[in-house]
Amino acid sequence: MALLEVRDLHTSFFTPVGEVKAVNGISFNLDHGKVLGIVGESGSGKSVTAYSVMQILEKTGKILSGSIKVDGKELVGLPEREMKHIRGNRISIIFQDPMTSLNPTYTIGHQLMEAILLHTNRNKKQAYDRAVEMLKLVNVNEPEKRMKQYPFEFSGGMRQRVMIAMALACEPDILIADEPTTALDVTIQAQILELMQSLQKELGMAIIMITHDLGVVAQMCDEVIVMYAGSICEQGTADEIFYNPKHEYTKGLIRSIPTVDNDGEKLQPISGTPIDLLNMPAGCPFAPRCENAMKICLHQRCPRMQINADHQAACWVTAKEEMEKEGVCNG
Amino acid sequence: MEKKARLLNMQVNLDEFIPATEEEKEYMLQMRPSTTFFRDGMKRLVKNRIAFISLIVIVIITLASILIPFFWPYKYDTMLGVRPGKPVDSSYNNLAPFHYGKTELKKIEAGEKVFPHIFGTDSGGRDYFIRVVYGTRISLAVGFFASIIVLIVGMLVGSIAGYCGGVVDLFIMRIVDMIYALPDMLMVILLATVMKQTLGPAIEGTVFAKIGSNIIALFFVFGLLYWVSMARLIRGQILSLREQEYVLASQATGAKARWIIKKHLLPNCISVVIISTALQIPSAIFTESYLSFLGLGVNAPMPSLGSLASDALNGINSYPYRLVIPAITISLIVLSLNLFGDGLRDAFDPKLKH
Amino acid sequence: MNTKTLFYILKRILLALLTVWVVITVTFFVMRAVPGGPFLSEKAVSDAAQKALEAKYGLDKPLMEQYVTYLKDIATKFDFGPSIKLRGRQVIDVIMDGMKTSAKLGLVAAFVALFFGIVLGCVAALCRNSIVDKVIMVITTAFVSMPSFIMGTLLLLVFSVKLGIVPANGETAKGLVLPVITLSLYPMAYITRLTRSSMLDVLGQDYIRTARAKGVASAKIIFGHALKNSLIPVITYFGPMLAYIVTGSLVVEQIYAVPGIGRAFVSSITGRDYPLIMGTTIVLAILIVVMNLISDILYTVVDPRISLD
Repeated sequence: MALLEVRDLHTSFFTPVGEVKAVNGISFNLDHGKVLGIVGESGSGKSVTAYSVMQILEKTGKILSGSIKVDGKELVGLPEREMKHIRGNRISIIFQDPMTSLNPTYTIGHQLMEAILLHTNRNKKQAYDRAVEMLKLVNVNEPEKRMKQYPFEFSGGMRQRVMIAMALACEPDILIADEPTTALDVTIQAQILELMQSLQKELGMAIIMITHDLGVVAQMCDEVIVMYAGSICEQGTADEIFYNPKHEYTKGLIRSIPTVDNDGEKLQPISGTPIDLLNMPAGCPFAPRCENAMKICLHQRCPRMQINADHQAACWVTAKEEMEKEGVCNG
Repeated sequence: MEKKARLLNMQVNLDEFIPATEEEKEYMLQMRPSTTFFRDGMKRLVKNRIAFISLIVIVIITLASILIPFFWPYKYDTMLGVRPGKPVDSSYNNLAPFHYGKTELKKIEAGEKVFPHIFGTDSGGRDYFIRVVYGTRISLAVGFFASIIVLIVGMLVGSIAGYCGGVVDLFIMRIVDMIYALPDMLMVILLATVMKQTLGPAIEGTVFAKIGSNIIALFFVFGLLYWVSMARLIRGQILSLREQEYVLASQATGAKARWIIKKHLLPNCISVVIISTALQIPSAIFTESYLSFLGLGVNAPMPSLGSLASDALNGINSYPYRLVIPAITISLIVLSLNLFGDGLRDAFDPKLKH
Repeated sequence: MNTKTLFYILKRILLALLTVWVVITVTFFVMRAVPGGPFLSEKAVSDAAQKALEAKYGLDKPLMEQYVTYLKDIATKFDFGPSIKLRGRQVIDVIMDGMKTSAKLGLVAAFVALFFGIVLGCVAALCRNSIVDKVIMVITTAFVSMPSFIMGTLLLLVFSVKLGIVPANGETAKGLVLPVITLSLYPMAYITRLTRSSMLDVLGQDYIRTARAKGVASAKIIFGHALKNSLIPVITYFGPMLAYIVTGSLVVEQIYAVPGIGRAFVSSITGRDYPLIMGTTIVLAILIVVMNLISDILYTVVDPRISLD
């Protein structure tokens, strides 16, 4: 049994202008100690997936159907009083913008100790020591002094370290990182990623890394899910996705990365703009932007196909290729 | 065919596996049409029913206050029982709404048509309805003109500060801080008190005498003190415009930058200014009625809703309607203006979008 | 408290002192603009008062010297001179007497406004878009739009004249109920709306999401994380609230015949008792300026960021 099992999750936001279908039937597994990457553009539903797992959606958001199981325990429909024991304790999350994710009117020490006091049996002194210990773990210098300071006295990179310390203080099984380095400088990005990798090795928790940066995925992730407009286009091991992409969107993403090899050539971005989640078309959501879109792509969604043991994709172009291989059709 | 079915578990039409055309793709992208800033805002404003109703109420009241005095048979300052040379006929005084005095009843019996006193009369025998109407006129006029004065002075000073920058800006902003820190009501009262004495003799015999020295004083004080928020606002808008212009100039060509400014930034600034002015009007009306209530407003016999309410306090036991009517009127005016201003702000302030 | 905060507070104090000085100066020179001098009125002033005035103000001395003397007297002795209408009484004594009653009235009104305003504002924010919220919004909009003297007179009419529940006269303790309510309605409505919008704003912030993600219970999030941040704008309202209470008390004391400084001020205006007008203006202005200053300082305590201004 996997640590985290998500099956056919559907999440929507009910806004004054209509229902925004943010997540439309996704399924995946996360095993102990593994790093899973969720890749996609803004609006693809990656963050919403994470928030659905932690059940910290906004008031307008609802999990319509599906199942989310952690170690066999079903989280969907779990009452709030039980859910709050899981948050920060078994599953933690760190957010994209460290500048706004910390309460400006509480000291760092207070915010660190809050989760510790909530979820563990430590008293104040022990919680304090644990908080200092965590700050040391994430390489924040002068931890005792820092405990009394306010968030605005920290730099962006340091704040993110504090967020990580806060998230790991209660030794969660799963750490969700929602674009943890997007708001940081490139050099700091590298530091934070390195930190996360070393912590993962040391503490052994599973990580869900949400990002739009394929470089991060390549560096850290064992498995990858590629999302577009609330659905999974393709999922598999990192190697499979990078070297053997089977969905047009994934191919487009990989093509658009400037590498040493195509240095000097024109960049190849994916044309068009992300889809309007209020008016979802009938077929594949990526079809209007896809170079190789076929008529069937516009009208019907392609079901998931097993490419090989560790690789699944949902793309008619791939389906066509498979069919041609089997010598069936004459496209 | 069977292999395909096994692979995909569904029936597919082989004909569909040909490339899709650009038009077909475009068709799938039903993007919403973009509108201009004003059209967008107007649409939202009209949808807001409360703001709409408030606007209608304001328009009705304004039109009424302007038009009614033209055909109303009674004048606001005519004491109906007073005839030169004859003793005062007090049967006209203190009539309840729709009642007639003794003299009037006699006239009716004699076949004359006497126009009803819809709100009765006051202690001096003046028709109360027309006095309320005149009071409304004064309040609305004061509110409107005071806001215009605030707008003009604020725009002037704010623009100068914003455009010139440097020492000029610093100096002006320090003055703004100073005035901002002053307790405005106290200063208003003080200045109004003094101006009553000084301006009074100065403007006698001119057009201004009719409006009364107090109101002139009021306008003066508004021009002197209340322009500061507007100035700050406009200066802020100009500064942000310049910053965005600078940024745009470094990113886009001259023509495109100017287009962006015209289409997006300028309407935003203008709407902010309009909203601020709109919300200034009820505040000005409030100040005027407050001063009138204290006796620092319009000179008798010109009525103001505030002074009417103040006078009515004396007879509150016997003639409560004399208090209730101006009270409700002024509350209605200020409330509608506030609601409309709120509606304007909700409609045109893009930052408040859901 | 670090030096930056200290600096900020110092700047604020300086501005406050400057403002007070400007008020005194403006009051002085504006009063002198009244034709015939502010100390002569149409009614004959008693000889004793006349002599006291002339001695006190040295009305024959040059203007600047009078001004400096006036300033000195206020700064060192709080001496505003004698009243010309209320025989034999010093302005400062009249003010102090009035303040006793008005301060009571004002403080109670302020407290009522704050307490109910914050509570209702939180309730409205937490029950956003529900019936409760809509009702609260409608009522507060109404109260915010009604001038205090309108509310005051209407309340007087309904509860005192018609229903006779409370006395119309504000001189007894029971008689202060209506004045307090009248005076507190506008600030309460304003604070409710302010708290509501501030609370809604805060609840949408990222750090609230972080707290939730840590497993903090909803109640603790609201009363701990959210409230502290939501109250910041409310604290900045302290100064304006006092200014409103001061000006509002002028009409409220008129309506309910409360023997406070407001009523004294209004009668001094109608009676043209210039020393009293000047003295009261200055004292009330100082009060407001001080309150604004306290409000500014409190702000730095609650929000540690502001000193970086």
